[in-house]
Amino acid sequence: MSAILADSGVTFSGVGKYLTTGSNWWGIDGLLVHIRDHVIYAAIIVLAAALIALPVGLIVGHTGRGVVAVVGVANALRAVPTLGLIVLLYVWLAPKIPVNHGNVLFLHRGGVPTFIAVVIVLILLAVPPILTNTYAGIQAVDPAVRDAARGMGMRGSQVLRRVELPCALPLIISGLRNATLQVIATLTVAAYVPGLGGLGRYIADGAEQAPAQGDPPMLSAAILVALLAVVVDGLLNLVQRLVVSPGVSGRYSSKHTSQPGVTTAPLVEAQLTVA
Amino acid sequence: MIRFENVGKAYEDGTLAVDDLSLEAPSGQITVFVGPSGCGKTTSLRMINRMIDPTHGRIWLDDRDTASINPSQLRRGIGYVIQHAGLFPHRTVLDNVATVPMLLGTDRRTARANALELLERVGLPATFAKRYPAQLSGGQQQRVGVARALAADPPVMLMDEPFSAVDPVVREQLQNEFLRLQSELGKTIAFVTHDIDEAIKLGDKVAVMRVGGKLAQFAAPAELLSRPADAFVAGFVGRDRGYRALGFAAAGSLPLSDEAAVTLGQTLRAARDVAQDGWALVVDADAKPQGWLALGGLADSALEGTVTPDLLNLGGTLATEAGTLREALDAALSSPSGRGVVVRDDGRFAGTITAAQVLGRIESRAADIRADTVQAANLGGQA
Repeated sequence: MSAILADSGVTFSGVGKYLTTGSNWWGIDGLLVHIRDHVIYAAIIVLAAALIALPVGLIVGHTGRGVVAVVGVANALRAVPTLGLIVLLYVWLAPKIPVNHGNVLFLHRGGVPTFIAVVIVLILLAVPPILTNTYAGIQAVDPAVRDAARGMGMRGSQVLRRVELPCALPLIISGLRNATLQVIATLTVAAYVPGLGGLGRYIADGAEQAPAQGDPPMLSAAILVALLAVVVDGLLNLVQRLVVSPGVSGRYSSKHTSQPGVTTAPLVEAQLTVA
Repeated sequence: MIRFENVGKAYEDGTLAVDDLSLEAPSGQITVFVGPSGCGKTTSLRMINRMIDPTHGRIWLDDRDTASINPSQLRRGIGYVIQHAGLFPHRTVLDNVATVPMLLGTDRRTARANALELLERVGLPATFAKRYPAQLSGGQQQRVGVARALAADPPVMLMDEPFSAVDPVVREQLQNEFLRLQSELGKTIAFVTHDIDEAIKLGDKVAVMRVGGKLAQFAAPAELLSRPADAFVAGFVGRDRGYRALGFAAAGSLPLSDEAAVTLGQTLRAARDVAQDGWALVVDADAKPQGWLALGGLADSALEGTVTPDLLNLGGTLATEAGTLREALDAALSSPSGRGVVVRDDGRFAGTITAAQVLGRIESRAADIRADTVQAANLGGQA
């Protein structure tokens, strides 16, 4: 790394040249394919983690049971040495899966054991932020609101779906964003194990060969990973704005509060006539 | 009608939140549960809609045993208002109000149209419909809370300290509007408060509870003040109960004195000519009292000016002719001139009365009551 930094002027001009050369983007080994793989891996991992963490978090938050277990498991998972575990799983899985499997879509030839190892370990990485944010979000719902919902005759599942979940959405989505960023970042490190695609491939390979030929692709990929993370987080932020009620996020138009009636009256009247 | 039949709530450690409670909250009336913290008043209320299940006894809604009704079904048929309102923050005011009808299967459009009418009924303009709870003040939120509880037009309403979390001025407004609403709707209401003044003001019947979940007295407010069942109730209803009891005594035809009043805009000289003991009553063009004008210290040269609102002393309260002895006495005691201002129902000035005159009325009324009581006791003795 020090060699790269010492010669940074040359290197960054190399990066500019690398990124502006069309042939580096296209083709089966181009940047676009690696970006696509990176996104697909991250999506699979985060979705799987959410499928595990969301239901557990919702139920634990709603019932208040198993909080200690959830906190314990989440903390334990945070202490998992990610890279070490990936290597361990890979070494254990690799001999069991024939090398000619794979080579479909985003899987490289011989990449199946790597892929399985990486997915499992990164799910373990992504579960804690989703799980803890979900249960904390549900727990943080105003007890008076929950009491009112029950007192009006909502059943337990209705209270969860219609009241607790919408109120907890900002925290839940922020947990998902957190997990997504961690997964995108850690995928680059996971490419240390052979056979994994994604932008990490350039970085892992570049580290082996640097600085002679490897450095412009390696630095380009590093920049692209950072950009990818920013873009994905921006998209999730947009999703959050769309699905979280303005009453919860505080994004209601301030016109309503400062000028009672001026903007809302036509809407309401329209509704009256419709009804 | 809500009927408690030997109802008790015991927790696993053996403590009794409510102990053998039996009472009947009459239909179409407000029954207030009042008592110090830990007296089981909220527990009693929450047992009615089975938010808490009793461990002993039965609670009947008319002729239905609540224990035999599915809790969710039961609750959808009972209005529920709590302290801090508990509005759903993610729903607009309109959708908050429409909640129970939609749970009951009313389509969204009808539920919203009804909700809009209800908002008006609880004194909120239709422009509030699209706002979120976070955009409302505490008092406004509580109005929405009441509208939401009324939305499915339930015959029974439970209200747990609904007005405790707002400031005194707003609380009084909400209480008055609540009474007006109840006079139109005639719901069977169980109401919990820790505030004896609120209990006496709102309750048709008041259940005073003591720590340990025991019913200390169940009576109409006037009786609670005049005949507390025991030392605990006497202490709880407070020191100035003699004075507060006057709030239940109609003033009747008070011996009003005529008082020449000046109208805003007349000269100070005219005011001095009608003043008694240095004070002149000022009314507006509609003969509604505006305040008192002190004329004692004015030099002759100052008398050419006119009577303007900023000169007035606004200290006195107004009593109405159809009001209570408490109002009349308060008007006399608070008036800077010592002459209490009494107005007709339409707010026009009727006459003045002194504290001594009100006290005379109070004395003669008390004498009548004493005589009646003695007579009743004698009759009882003969029987």
